[in-house]
Amino acid sequence: MTIKRRTLVKALATGGGLLGLCALVPQWAMAAWMREAFAAGETNAAIKALYGGDLPVESAEVMLDAPDIAENGAVVPLTISTTLPNVETVSVFIAENPSPLAAQFIIPEGTLAEVSTRVRMGQTTHVTAVIQSDGKLYSATKEVKVTIGGCGG
Amino acid sequence: MGIIRVKARAMNGKTEVKMLIKHIMETGRRRDTSGNIIPAEFLSELVVRHAGKLVFAANLGPSVSKNPFFSFSFAGGAVGDTLELSWKENTGKFGIETAEIT
Repeated sequence: MTIKRRTLVKALATGGGLLGLCALVPQWAMAAWMREAFAAGETNAAIKALYGGDLPVESAEVMLDAPDIAENGAVVPLTISTTLPNVETVSVFIAENPSPLAAQFIIPEGTLAEVSTRVRMGQTTHVTAVIQSDGKLYSATKEVKVTIGGCGG
Repeated sequence: MGIIRVKARAMNGKTEVKMLIKHIMETGRRRDTSGNIIPAEFLSELVVRHAGKLVFAANLGPSVSKNPFFSFSFAGGAVGDTLELSWKENTGKFGIETAEIT
């Protein structure tokens, strides 16, 4: 009985304490927030900083759904999807923005390779979506005309 | 009070999750009326878990619109299940919220 009680006290002191800590501090994604990639001033530099190595290959299997004309550059809706297998990440770059990398999405197994979001565009420019599939990079690029830029105000 | 409004619907063996986050997404490039730079304050990370398993994560920059919106779908999930959503700012500020699948 004494031993059991002691074990319990010990478990509470170590494991229990850890458990409490885990509940308070969120566990972040396996891919860390990459400062150099978000700081890069140009799309290709941002892609290299984010993924290292080669640039993506243009692929018709990467679908980038974006408006032809965005009246309000502050809120431009985008949907990126693909039929490529084993997608690990999806990322979005806005060429003429001060920092082109807008977002990198991590797609765990079991999550569909289709993500929607809204981005800011300072001016008419190209939007590039990059898909990491089976360790390789594929992309699609589309020009979006912006009537009123979304970075001022 | 949380900052994330979640609509998570389970149907046909998968769950569709839509998130609207109340956040200024301050870029760090704007100036106030006195000409001083307004410091950057944006959401940098977002993580969604279902039953302890990672189902979605995002690393974000200030090119994401104010009051960010995200949607994604994952296999599984049932009505009544809980999603755990963690967010973090570039400033280090963070929060954990939960939402129920309906």
